[in-house]
Amino acid sequence: MLRERDRVRRLIGLVFQDTTLDGYLTAWQNLRFHAELYGMPRADFEARARRLLEMVDLWDRRGSRVRTFSGGMMRRLEIARGLLHAPYVLFLDEPTIGLDPQTRASIWAHIRQLRAEEDVTVFFTTHYMDEAEECDRIAIIDHGRIVALDTPAALKASVGRDRVQIRTEDDARAIATLRERFGVEAGVHDGAVTFSVPEGERFVPRLFAELGVPIRSVSVARPTLDDVFLAYTGRTIRDAEAENPMRRMVAMWRRSHR
Amino acid sequence: MNGLRAGREPGPVATLERRVPEPARPARAVPAHELRGLKVVWRRELIRFFEDRPRILSSLLQPLMFLFVLGTGLSRLVSRGTGGLSLRTFLFPGVLAMSTMFTAIFSAGSIVWDREFGFLREMLVAPVRRGTVVVGKCLGGATVATFQGLVVLCLTGLVDVPYRPTLLLTLAGELLLLSFTLTAFGVMLAARMRNIQTFFALTQMFLMPMFFLSGALYPLSDLPTWLTVLTRVDPLTYVVDPMRRAVFGALEVPAGVREVLSGGVTWGGWTVPVGVELLLVAGFGLLFLLVATAEFARPE
Repeated sequence: MLRERDRVRRLIGLVFQDTTLDGYLTAWQNLRFHAELYGMPRADFEARARRLLEMVDLWDRRGSRVRTFSGGMMRRLEIARGLLHAPYVLFLDEPTIGLDPQTRASIWAHIRQLRAEEDVTVFFTTHYMDEAEECDRIAIIDHGRIVALDTPAALKASVGRDRVQIRTEDDARAIATLRERFGVEAGVHDGAVTFSVPEGERFVPRLFAELGVPIRSVSVARPTLDDVFLAYTGRTIRDAEAENPMRRMVAMWRRSHR
Repeated sequence: MNGLRAGREPGPVATLERRVPEPARPARAVPAHELRGLKVVWRRELIRFFEDRPRILSSLLQPLMFLFVLGTGLSRLVSRGTGGLSLRTFLFPGVLAMSTMFTAIFSAGSIVWDREFGFLREMLVAPVRRGTVVVGKCLGGATVATFQGLVVLCLTGLVDVPYRPTLLLTLAGELLLLSFTLTAFGVMLAARMRNIQTFFALTQMFLMPMFFLSGALYPLSDLPTWLTVLTRVDPLTYVVDPMRRAVFGALEVPAGVREVLSGGVTWGGWTVPVGVELLLVAGFGLLFLLVATAEFARPE
């Protein structure tokens, strides 16, 4: 592995969390620099760089210095650069962190398109669970260890239950009653009493009839990846991010096979 | 957990042949892709330098101040000591060296900048040796610093030194050597540095004493012992002296004056030949380069 280091590096593309572009060079010069360092055949460079820049909508800006770019543009350029030397696997470390929702959506649209057209496996880490939804496989990492590894569907099925959140006049009593009368373990998340039951819609009418604590609002949700994460790491994403950056999701999105 | 999913098998590798890099060829001294990497790191230095015009101008200003303002002003004090020779002429080799010094160090400093802004990572994860990146950086810095020196070299006529092709070529070569050694020195310092302010504080600490001890501003003969020792351990001394000797070689000056102003560097009575001086500087440069490469070879 060590001896083959350079060959391995040529087969993978890396996009780091922090930008690694030269702001004083133009987008085109940044790509050329990369192509030369990775020993790309010169004949291929122009056409390939153009195609990738067009795919990430930066072709018109190829002559601009990168420091004039917005965060989203830089990220798109980095993703294009990561793919320039035609790697088999593209690693993205938090590709959308710190970007606004529109930019996030557009980055993902580009990644989706590039993955299909470039036929590349995409590995990425993220704290945004919805981003992992389309993947083939997800690993949940807690304290640097993989605590779960499966398809999104299987992960959700393994959590298996509907998530019910109720806001009550007296959370402590509600939790106690839930445990005693219904045999359900509940906790407080996001300011609401939260628990899981197999069939939420059927459970709620019983709740109103038997809880004995005034209920102000109810919501029932099918399991999401957030719940999966919660189930495996015991905390919400937001808490995890603040307390322990080691806890996150790594998702793999295989090459499509045409 | 439901266990690992039996994933789809990867597609036939044959259709992806274009991507597989050719297996390692029988080792050549320096593989072609390393040379390409070196060249592009070098080119980036040039692009960044020539697009930064304020920097070119500002690094020209300082030598000009030394040469024409300080040189002219001080000449009224010291006119007798130079045996009729203009102080500007005497200072010229030193100022020439100075003009490249700051550009060379600045170029080296951009490594710290690159680390702060992340670009260093792009270079370090690339499939080239780290030594390649370091050498490319040093050659790039040396090239732009030499260019800066060449601009000052054009002023030869203004300080009463004749434009003689052999002199100009000698000086240009010596400038290149100096620039390379200084850039390597800077890169060595920059290797573990994470913050540009620290880098400049540290290089100032080295650079100013190196400049003042190099004999750029005064002759190296008949100094107090302590100063004689200090000037002899300064690597810069061994490049300023050959440059001064080259300039004096092109001048018509009485032997006595030449002896006082450009007597060469002596080690306990032995005058060090120019060739040895230049080899010494080259040796320092290579040493700095090796240390810098070793520093970068360590994992970040």
